[in-house]
Amino acid sequence: MESAELYAHLHLVLKQVTGYIYPNEAELHWGLLVVVYPYLTGLVAGAFILASLERVFNVKALEPTYRLSLLTALAFMIVAPVPLLAHLGHPERAFEIFLTPHLQSAMAMFGFVYAWYLGVVLLLEIWFDYRKDMVVWAGQERGWRRWLHLALTLGATDVSEKSVALDHKIGKAITIIGIPSAFLLHGYVGFIFGSVKANPWWSSVLIPVVFLFSAIVSGIALMVIIYMLSCMLRWKKVDMTCLDTLATYLFYALVIDFSLEMLDFIHRLYEAEESIKILSQLISSKLFISLVILQLFMGTVLPLVSLVLFSPVLHRRALVQIPDELRRMMYWGVAILIQLGIFSTRWNVVVGGQLFSKSLRGLTVYKMELLGLEGLLMGGFLLVLPLFILALLIWILPPWSDKEVSMQEVAQG
Amino acid sequence: MAQETRPEKRSATEKGKSQDRRTFLKQCLRGSPLLLGILPLEAEGAEEEEAYQPEEHLYGMGIDVDKCIGCGRCVDACKNENDVPREPFFFRTWVERYVVREEGEVEVDSPNGGIDGFPLQVDDREVQRTFFVPKLCNHCSNAPCVQVCPVGATFTTEDGVVLVDPDYCIGCRYCIQACPYGARFLHPETRTAEKCTFCYHRVRRGLQPACVEVCPTKARVFGDTRQRSSPLARFFRFNKIQMLKPHLNTEPKVFYAALDASVG
Repeated sequence: MESAELYAHLHLVLKQVTGYIYPNEAELHWGLLVVVYPYLTGLVAGAFILASLERVFNVKALEPTYRLSLLTALAFMIVAPVPLLAHLGHPERAFEIFLTPHLQSAMAMFGFVYAWYLGVVLLLEIWFDYRKDMVVWAGQERGWRRWLHLALTLGATDVSEKSVALDHKIGKAITIIGIPSAFLLHGYVGFIFGSVKANPWWSSVLIPVVFLFSAIVSGIALMVIIYMLSCMLRWKKVDMTCLDTLATYLFYALVIDFSLEMLDFIHRLYEAEESIKILSQLISSKLFISLVILQLFMGTVLPLVSLVLFSPVLHRRALVQIPDELRRMMYWGVAILIQLGIFSTRWNVVVGGQLFSKSLRGLTVYKMELLGLEGLLMGGFLLVLPLFILALLIWILPPWSDKEVSMQEVAQG
Repeated sequence: MAQETRPEKRSATEKGKSQDRRTFLKQCLRGSPLLLGILPLEAEGAEEEEAYQPEEHLYGMGIDVDKCIGCGRCVDACKNENDVPREPFFFRTWVERYVVREEGEVEVDSPNGGIDGFPLQVDDREVQRTFFVPKLCNHCSNAPCVQVCPVGATFTTEDGVVLVDPDYCIGCRYCIQACPYGARFLHPETRTAEKCTFCYHRVRRGLQPACVEVCPTKARVFGDTRQRSSPLARFFRFNKIQMLKPHLNTEPKVFYAALDASVG
C-alpha cells in the first residue's frame, strides 16, 4: 500500500478502536496472507500424513489416495512460501534467511525445516515412488512427454526387480522419516506463534499441538474432496471403502483436535490469568462469528456429529444407515465445513491475536482490502493456485491405479 | 632653580628584574609559533584519549512518573530528531495519561501519542488519582525482539542499545509482534522495523537523547549504569524502581519511579 493509502486506512481503523491500544498498534501487521500460509502448510502436513498411513501402517483401503495425496502435498508446498514473500517489506532480501540466519529465531530455522521437507522428504518420496513408472512411460510415449519423463528419471533407468525393490525400501524409509518431518513442519508454525510471550493469545504450549492436529484434520478433509472430485472428473466410481476409511481417520483426528481445543479453552478459563478479561471480550465480540460459529460449531461439532451418526467410524456399520449417494454428499458437506472451520482457526489465531492491545485495555479492527497484495482477491488466488498446480502435476505424473505400471508390465516392457 | 639632575632611569636589570621589557617582547615573538603549534597538538591528543569505548558504557533511562506533566515535548522532539512520520500511527516514544476514578475504573488515553499534550477531562466523576507515563523502547537486556529476528537485523550493541539495521531488515514484522511494550512500528516508507534508539547518534557524541534534552521537568533521566557519576546512579539511589511487565523477564533498561499498578 502506498503511504497515503495506508494513512487513510489507519485513520479509519483508529475511529473503530474501543478502549486503549498502544499508539503503534493501529497498524495490524500480520493479515490475510499470514493466515493463508499456515492454512496451506497445514494441508501439506495433513495430506502427507494421510499418505504415510497407507505406506507405513499398510492401510490398504487408502491405496487409491496414496499418490494423489503426495501430489497434493507437493502442489500446496510449492505455493506455501508465496504469501510469505508477498507479505515481506523487502522480499528481495528474503534469501538472507538462508544465508545469514539468526539461529535463535524460530522463523529463521523454519526456513530450513521447509527446505528439508520439500527437498528431502516430499520430492524424494515422489521420485522413488514414480521412478519405475516414469521409465516405462518414457519407453511407451512419444514427443515431449517422453523427454520430460526421461529427464525426471535423472538417468536412473534400471527397472530390474532388485532396483524396484530398492525403490520401495528407500521410499518406505523416507516416509518413516517423513512422518516426524511433517509433524515438525506444521508444529513449527505453531511454535512460531506459541513462543511469543508478548501475546497471551498465542503464547501457549498447546498451540503447536493444536496446529498439528487441525492440520491433519484439514489435510484428510482435503483429500476427501480431491478424491471425490477426481472420481467425478474421470467418470470413475468412488471406492466407498476408501472413502469410509478416510472418514474414519478424519473422525479420529477431529476428536483429538476438538479435545485439545476444549482443553485450551477450559484451562484458560480456569487459570483466569491477567489477559482473561480482554480475551473474553475479544471472543464475545470480534471473534464470535469466526470462533464460536465457524470454527467450533460448523467446523468441528457439526462434522463430528455427522460422522458419528452416518459414517462407519465407530463400528463396521454406521449408527444410522444411509445410501452411498447420501453418504457421499454428507462427506462433501463435512469436508467443506472442515475447510471453512480450519481456515477460521488460522484466522482466529493470527488475526485474533492482534485484535486486542498488549496493554490488555482495548480492541482494534482488521480492515481487509479487496485488491492489492494483501487483499481478498490475492488470498483467494493463493488458495486456488495449488489446485491448478495439482492439475499440472497429475497431467505429468498420473496418480491413478490404472496408469500405474505393474511389475509384469515392467518385465514385458 | 638650579637644574635638578633627573634621576637616571634604571634598567630593568638594575632594578632587579631578570630582563627588560624589550627583551621579553622579543622572546614572546620568537616563541609564538610554538604557542600556536601547541593548540592543534592538544586537540589531536584529546581525540585519541577520548575515542569512544562502547564496553565502558551500559545505557539506561530513568523515568519519574510523578514529574511528568504530559506536555508532549518529548514526543515532538523525538519525531523531529529522528524524522519519524508525523501521522498518529508511528511513535518511537509516546505519553499515556491514566485517570483512576473513585470506583477504581481506570481510563487510559494517548491522543496522537500525547504530542500536543492532552485535552481537558470533561468527565464530572471524581478522580482518585491521575498521572502521565512516558513510554518508549525499553532496550531490554533480554530482548525478545532480538531473539526472534530471522536475519539478525535487530541486535544489541555493546553499550546496551537495541538497534535495527535498516539495510538488512526484511520487514517480516516478527519483532513488532514479539515486543511486549508496543515500542516498534514498520516505517511506511523504508518498509523496515523502527523504534527508539536512545538517540544513539547523539549519545555516542556525549549528548542526551532528544526527549531527555527537552523535558522541562527532568522526568526523564538518561544515564550509564556502568558510570557511578551518571545521573541514573542518583535516580537509583533516591527512588524505588519498577519496570514494565517484569514477569516477562525481558530485563528492561528503562526504570520507572512511582509507577502505578494500573500501568501495563
